[in-house]
Amino acid sequence: MSTTSPRSPIHRRVDDLAQHQRAPLRFDPLLALAALGLVACSLLVLADATRDDVPGSPHYFLYRQAAYAVVGLVLMVLISRFDYSRLRELRYGLYTSMIGLILLVIAVGSTTRGSRRSFTLPFFSFQPSELGKLLLIVALASFVVDRARRLRDRDTTARVMLAALVPAALVMLQPDLGTGLVYVVVGLAVLFVAGTSWRHFTALGALAVVAILFTLVAAPAAGVQVLKPYQVQRLTGFISPSSDPRDQTYQLNQSRIAIGSGEKTGRGPEKATQTRLNFLPEHHTDFIFAVVGESFGFLGAAVVLSLYALLIWRGLRVLTMAKNLFGALIAGGIVAMLMFQVFINVGMTIGIAPITGIPLPLMSYGGSSVIVTFLSLGLLQAIYAQGREASARKPRAAAGLA
Amino acid sequence: MLQLQEDRRPPITPQLALRVAVLGGVALALFAIVFFRLWYLQVLSGDKYLAQANDNRVRDITVPAPRGDIVDRNGNVLVDNRVSIAVQIEVQKLPPAGPRRADLYRRLGQVIRLSPAKIAREVDEQHKALPYANVAVKQDVPPAVFDYLFERQNEFPGVTVERVFLRRYPHKELAAQLFGTVGQISPDELKLQRFKGVQQGTVVGQGGLEWSYDRWLRGTPGATRVQVDALGRPKGELAVREPVQGRQLKLSLDLDLQKAGQEAMAEAGGIPITNGVQNRGGAFVAMDPRNGEVLAMGSYPSFDPNVFAKPLKESTYKKLNSVENGAPLVDRAIDGLYPTGSTMKAITSVASLQSGVITPDTPINDPGSIQIGNIVFKNAGGTAHGTISLRTALQVSSDVFFYTMGARLNSVPGQPLQTWARRLGLGRTTGIDLPGETDGLVPSPAWRDRLYRKKLTDRPWSIGDNVNFAVGQGDLQATPIQMATAYSTIAADGRVPTPHIGLHIEDAAGRLLQEVDPPPSRHVKIGEANRQAILDGLHLAASAPGGTSADVFAGFPATVMGKTGTAERPGQGDQSWYVCYAYQGDHQRPIVVAVTIEQGGFGAQAAAPAARLILSQWFGAAKKLVVGQSATR
Repeated sequence: MSTTSPRSPIHRRVDDLAQHQRAPLRFDPLLALAALGLVACSLLVLADATRDDVPGSPHYFLYRQAAYAVVGLVLMVLISRFDYSRLRELRYGLYTSMIGLILLVIAVGSTTRGSRRSFTLPFFSFQPSELGKLLLIVALASFVVDRARRLRDRDTTARVMLAALVPAALVMLQPDLGTGLVYVVVGLAVLFVAGTSWRHFTALGALAVVAILFTLVAAPAAGVQVLKPYQVQRLTGFISPSSDPRDQTYQLNQSRIAIGSGEKTGRGPEKATQTRLNFLPEHHTDFIFAVVGESFGFLGAAVVLSLYALLIWRGLRVLTMAKNLFGALIAGGIVAMLMFQVFINVGMTIGIAPITGIPLPLMSYGGSSVIVTFLSLGLLQAIYAQGREASARKPRAAAGLA
Repeated sequence: MLQLQEDRRPPITPQLALRVAVLGGVALALFAIVFFRLWYLQVLSGDKYLAQANDNRVRDITVPAPRGDIVDRNGNVLVDNRVSIAVQIEVQKLPPAGPRRADLYRRLGQVIRLSPAKIAREVDEQHKALPYANVAVKQDVPPAVFDYLFERQNEFPGVTVERVFLRRYPHKELAAQLFGTVGQISPDELKLQRFKGVQQGTVVGQGGLEWSYDRWLRGTPGATRVQVDALGRPKGELAVREPVQGRQLKLSLDLDLQKAGQEAMAEAGGIPITNGVQNRGGAFVAMDPRNGEVLAMGSYPSFDPNVFAKPLKESTYKKLNSVENGAPLVDRAIDGLYPTGSTMKAITSVASLQSGVITPDTPINDPGSIQIGNIVFKNAGGTAHGTISLRTALQVSSDVFFYTMGARLNSVPGQPLQTWARRLGLGRTTGIDLPGETDGLVPSPAWRDRLYRKKLTDRPWSIGDNVNFAVGQGDLQATPIQMATAYSTIAADGRVPTPHIGLHIEDAAGRLLQEVDPPPSRHVKIGEANRQAILDGLHLAASAPGGTSADVFAGFPATVMGKTGTAERPGQGDQSWYVCYAYQGDHQRPIVVAVTIEQGGFGAQAAAPAARLILSQWFGAAKKLVVGQSATR
């Protein structure tokens, strides 16, 4: 392992200098670049797409999104300097407050289009389920670390999944199916990175299939509607989207038309009629990727997707660089969360995934989503910085072992 | 740092490396799927979706074309258009009946100042009448209302505001029955060959001249291509194709003669006669015998066709068709079926002479009555005219003379009376350029015997039927236009003209594009001596002492050859007829006029005076109502 042989002051001085030159940055610049690039894309798209949405204030969504981004950036920088390992001490508090917030919003939250998802604050409507994703990642990572020696136990897998499924079920009750699914994915991802055996995943997969069959086939047949009919239609609509273009699949149809009409280089923001004439619903939130596709074509979509690829690649790299299991699990949860959101959202807009109402991280308009994503990236940066710090203190020791 | 032992781990284990690799692999696969899908959507099928996107936003709004004007032979406007802003309702797009529809009616009512109940009633009534057409709730709304509703189409589902062209009839009642109505094309009409290429919602002629000449009058609608948003709100024009007005239709009608005819009908129809009936229904036709150009044609009573600007309400329609109001919608000139009285005698004369039953000079004794079979037929008033020939018989309208003809013609093979009646235009449509013409009835042995076999009448054909037919009584049913055509044929040397009201199709500047000049329906051969004898007789009737209408035309500055008629109609007063041929000088301005006035009494009492008024206008004579004294049929 490390050699701590006494060195001359001169040597030490040279070492210090070298150290200083090798680790000048306390964050991953490419990860930051990807995040800033995506925020820039978001602002660029929102500027034109939402110009006519709020009569009298053409920059309503633009300015607000910019403000959320600034708040998010500041929080990201702050949290990246924070020793994330200390979060483990707060694991029960974090988990309880997550459950509490979700219950509270179900009880007293404000209703938007039939679901209670947010608290209306003076400048901002806060969605606890968004923050909940991050809290859940941290809490689950802590629970796994607590049982690090019994990772192969069926009991551990069951407990961690249960800890994830409880808030997932509560979120789905709001109802917010998409975010609920994110919680489930986060649980699976944390277990996956922790090294839970493949047999357990196979068993979980089998359970999931049974659950899906039960909610979609068996329960309705027995007269119990677990999902509302529109939810079923949304989830299955992408399989046969043209059957009823005026109904739930209307959005899907319009989204595909928007993206397809962008062709190679896009119609330009001015001529993007699907967006500007409101044929594309929710074009500033869930369907913002369709706006990119329409306005900037395949080229624009490729740029955005590349930025996400960069983000995920750097995230996975951070995972491998974590100074401890806790960091790796958090990074794994965050990367899985981002990946799932990106693919479900983009897949929805291009008609290969169900309509679930998951925002596109950093692109979709929305304070809770933007700020929580930045918080997550802040945590990744903290794991990165502390991982590099640790390996610098014990240079290449682990590498030799591997 | 506070860290537990478990938390300290080798930075990366092979297992973790594998799992990270799996995550990365999954991400890679998903990115690949997304890229391929995007490539498929945007590059491979991009043009298809671009077309769909344009379909979404582009709406073609049809701009109706104004219909062509209708003018008289001198270019006086009889029918033109005015622009009106109409608030219409598309019933299919209304919210379902219930509170939402009631709320819509309430809000709409506030905008156009109508009570919600009235709107609901209009919608119900008009939708029942024309289920495929938009309901016109209100017309002639101010432009501000147009702007208000046009910009708030999503707040008023099913409500449209449109600039529409409404037909305007500056002369109101004048020739009202001829023009017919216009209205949105019906789904059934859309399938017809004559409406080929017409778009749904186009206003087309639904009757009268508007129907007959629709092809030319209709015009070509324009289109405005607008961009709309997802709620259907217009967001700017993309392209405009101007509508093209329909062609102008010039009629053979003479406005002044038409006016004179309608005034004559009112004046003569209002003459107090013993039976006390006033404002009798009737009709007149004035025609150029040479070519069938209808110079004036009218039915009395008339109505103001401006009521058709809005879809007719059931109640208005009933009023216009009710017998108490004289059924003004009915065009009696082509649709009124009557026995013709003694005006038939000219036709009987042709049959008698051409079949050789008599010559123009064959003497026939008229002792005032005649027994045929076991029935005694009498002259009106029982007057005895002594031994007379055809000319005198027409002059004094001897019934016995023509009873004799009827009896003799009955036994001639080939039924010359029926044959000639049909040749001259009775019992068949004249082919006038108006829809809805009826053919009437020429009574014949075959017809009555068939009815008898079916037990629809109490007796078979008998000689008495022919006797009655010879003097225009009994079962004969003819229209004024048929009588005008028959007299024209006699006047025009056997050429049976096809009556027509349309004269020219013109462009807006009045330049001739196409002539409406139907050829004569057929030619019939009437011996010149025979024809001259009949015309002489008719001339004597209108000019010589003892002629049935001589006193009506005393001192009239034109040659008039006319026959009075008094048709007996069961259950009501006698119907007054007059049909004449007249010209000035050496056959200048020839004209045939047929007038009939229901319950007008003797021919000389109402119809002949009306004909005189019409001829006065035509020949520039002083218009004076001269009621004749002749009490013959």
